[in-house]
Amino acid sequence: MLTLRNLTCGYGRTPVVHDVNLDVGTDQVVAVMGHNGAGKTTLLRAVVGLLPAMTGTIELDGRDLTRTPTHRRIAHGMAYVPQGQQCFAHLTAGENLRLVADGRKHGKTLIDEQLDRFPALRPLQNRQAGLLSGGQRQQLAIARALITEPRLLILDEPTEGIQPNVVAEIEAAIVDLARSGLSVLLVEQHLGFALQAAAQYAVLRSGRVASHGATGAGARERVREAMAI
Amino acid sequence: MDLLVGQLFTGLSTGSILLLAALGLSLTFGQMGVINMAHGEFIMAGCYTAYVVQQIAGDAGVSLLIALPLGFAVGGAMGLVLEALLIRHLYHRPLDTLLVTFGVGLILQQVARDVFGAPAVNVSVPPALRGGVDLLGVTVPKTRLFIMGLAIVAVTAVALVLRFTPAGRRIRAVVGNRDLAETAGISSRAVDAGTFFIGSGLAGVAGVALTLIGSTSPTTGQSYLVDAFLVVVAGGLGRIKGAVVAAVALGATQAVFETYSTASLAKVGVFIVIVVFLQLRPQGLFTLRTRSLA
Repeated sequence: MLTLRNLTCGYGRTPVVHDVNLDVGTDQVVAVMGHNGAGKTTLLRAVVGLLPAMTGTIELDGRDLTRTPTHRRIAHGMAYVPQGQQCFAHLTAGENLRLVADGRKHGKTLIDEQLDRFPALRPLQNRQAGLLSGGQRQQLAIARALITEPRLLILDEPTEGIQPNVVAEIEAAIVDLARSGLSVLLVEQHLGFALQAAAQYAVLRSGRVASHGATGAGARERVREAMAI
Repeated sequence: MDLLVGQLFTGLSTGSILLLAALGLSLTFGQMGVINMAHGEFIMAGCYTAYVVQQIAGDAGVSLLIALPLGFAVGGAMGLVLEALLIRHLYHRPLDTLLVTFGVGLILQQVARDVFGAPAVNVSVPPALRGGVDLLGVTVPKTRLFIMGLAIVAVTAVALVLRFTPAGRRIRAVVGNRDLAETAGISSRAVDAGTFFIGSGLAGVAGVALTLIGSTSPTTGQSYLVDAFLVVVAGGLGRIKGAVVAAVALGATQAVFETYSTASLAKVGVFIVIVVFLQLRPQGLFTLRTRSLA
């Protein structure tokens, strides 16, 4: 599925993430953890093409996407839910979804499927997305990503800054998606959820992979040690 | 009463001309943030398109009908080329964009001078649009009514495209958050090019309309450029309804000042009103309400 080899990326000429090797297998959830500033978001932005790779390669199902523009990576099967419950604030919730469904076969069905997944969004379709709560905006962001029918879903701190009852709903949706056969690359601060949802983990420290492996027995301790908690 | 109605129509008429000139700019500057100083020359290109079509077609009515869509295509094509060759490489560099497009504007003026000559040329008004119509005791020139109608059609069309079509949603999405739009699978470069085409095409339409009320020279468009920018800024960046209200308000203000002074002093009065207004409300008439800026 997703293969990163010796990926170095950053801002301008300053590398932030160094020589990262990471694999996300088909139907697999991989959690990337680390402190603030460790390079997690930078890594995801490079994977999806919002930052250029300085060196190294990004492959999806054997296809080299290292120099491919973001919208083409989405067409190849990646979907990205950025940090901070981002939505198109001046479009309605419904327009946020239609924007992605436009031009797709069965676009309306795809929207309906996501409204079934996040029923709270159904009555809010005519509301300006910028006026929704943080939790509603995050559900909208995940729904929007899923309408692109991805094979790999990339989530950047999906539960950060969201009220606890909605966090549970979002976590349940992610677990459900993983069970349905979607590959997921997840950046998550909540250790418990990350290790529960993922089969593999990687800990970033100062932009380098400090620890990685399966999330089975002893993983929590290894992660805590790598993060120096 | 007659004076008031007369001024009202003059204001609406001036406002619709301003609006036609500013509508394209509200897309390229208001929505995309590109300061295109060559926008006036796209208007001028629309004027000369009307002139050339009339030279070929002969009949004033038929040539107007041909010139309106052709003016859109000519303005749009010029915008597309400018965007692809220069502006695309200067996004996020507004001062460079301003200087480069100012230079392009001067080049286009010189090209017009070389091709059509420095003296102004005239386009015949179709017989159906000659004369005036009595409205509430005031005689309103038919050409002005036509321009008002054209402005209404153009604004409605732009608003409907932006609000209800997939292309309009994509434009609003890229304007709102370029990176997020890319992650939604939208090619922001293609959308930029499309938006610039429409915005510049509208300048071409404005140019065709302006030939009905005045002569055309290489500097015709330049005289509308500052007013067009004023309309977009005063209306609130990226807000079509803001541009409509600002254009009509500016037109009415100018008409009222002109009643009691000269055209030059009226211009000074309009500038003073705008300076005071923007001091009180720098964001313009209409702004966007959101919980977050994302």
